[in-house]
Amino acid sequence: MSERGIQWFRFTAPANFYDLAGRLIPWFAALTIALFAAGLYLGLVVAPPDYQQGDSYRIIYIHVPTAWMGMFLYVLMAVYAAIGLIWRIKMAEIMAKAIAPTGALMTFFALWTGALWGRPTWGVYWVWDARLTSMLILLFLYLGYMALHAAIDDRQRASNASAVLAMVGVVNVPIIYFSVQWWNTLHQGASITVTDAPTMATIMFVTLMIMVLAAWMYSIAVVLARARVEVLERERNARWVQERLEDGRT
Amino acid sequence: MFRPLFALLRRDLVLALRRPQDALTVVGFFVVVVALFPLGIGPDPEFLRRLAPGVLWVAALLAVMLSLERLFSDDYRDGTLEQMLLVPQPLGLLVLTKVFAHWLITGLPLVLISPLLAVQLNLQADEIVMLMLALLLGTPILSLIGAIGAALTLGLRGGGVLIALLILPLYAPPLILGAGAVDAVMHGASAQAHLSLLGAMMVFALFATPWATAAAVRIMLD
Repeated sequence: MSERGIQWFRFTAPANFYDLAGRLIPWFAALTIALFAAGLYLGLVVAPPDYQQGDSYRIIYIHVPTAWMGMFLYVLMAVYAAIGLIWRIKMAEIMAKAIAPTGALMTFFALWTGALWGRPTWGVYWVWDARLTSMLILLFLYLGYMALHAAIDDRQRASNASAVLAMVGVVNVPIIYFSVQWWNTLHQGASITVTDAPTMATIMFVTLMIMVLAAWMYSIAVVLARARVEVLERERNARWVQERLEDGRT
Repeated sequence: MFRPLFALLRRDLVLALRRPQDALTVVGFFVVVVALFPLGIGPDPEFLRRLAPGVLWVAALLAVMLSLERLFSDDYRDGTLEQMLLVPQPLGLLVLTKVFAHWLITGLPLVLISPLLAVQLNLQADEIVMLMLALLLGTPILSLIGAIGAALTLGLRGGGVLIALLILPLYAPPLILGAGAVDAVMHGASAQAHLSLLGAMMVFALFATPWATAAAVRIMLD
């Protein structure tokens, strides 16, 4: 590390991470609320209805951010898991575990809103569209990761074993995505795509980006909060935890 | 270097032959599941024929999945697996040998029995040949990927159910390609692309999964 700048490795120490996360969470939470309020106002009130889909297209403002988050968080989780497994950095293991439920939630929201959106536009709640199917498999991968983590009692072993699973999963995600896409084009003559909608109006695009940012801020705040609790649980016998609990700064 | 691997292969095969019911149970499961499908969806031959590739493939991968728990658990229980960690040969190669033995005991019988079930489901001769080819390429992938799940659930309560959750999502690509190959022949198209991709996937799995499995075994025996 260079002399100047932020010393990132400092925050691999649980105590430093705990303090930093404690200071950052309120900011991210405030940003989440502000961005969600702005995004929902713009999306539900200001943005005009779509000329093809009417008002139903507004689901995009939840659907796309959660879908992106769901996919990105899986990769991020695997990266943290790999760091934890290879360099034995405890904080990375904790972050990987903390990301999983948020990622699964985002993937679930993406599927749910996708189904709700499918009803008015495609006429059915569920089609075996390539994206829906690969998101469903992604959700299963998240569930498998969390189930394995929960099934192993020893914390260290649970972290290491689920890290292997996360890495195997992340190698498989592109393979699954492409094979599902290929399968889809084989089985359905006229495939339905969302992308051939007319180019987006500026206001719609801005709103979408605000909602994407809001999803980011939400994920960061929640993951940090969950990681903080996990740190406390793992380090409950450490001196720094006692000190902080006695000071009353939790 | 390879002598111990052959010894391990022979040992696993001998153990399996001494207790043939283990392997036969898997084949029996495959046959019964496929036989139940017509009862559920009706006896119309044309309809059954259209469903056959998917039904046979899903039944095959469920059968392989059920057999996975046995891959390491006996060696884990009597301590053989721990001894294998001490052998100078790389653990990845030992794992690969065990997976190969597992495939010979469970995967290969599924391939060999599949024509019989395919005839029951009204598949035609060229489709049956393609089904066997696809299963021949695909079942090793199932065993190789499944070994990771078997290693990760070593010694866990309810490991068998957990394997399903861990492994079945990863089985999606071979299922799509394998069933797709038979489907392609059924519709008069060439299945070469399916088979090529399935072959590529098998080579990749052969190369990559033994090391992941070895890492998982080391972690769980830690």
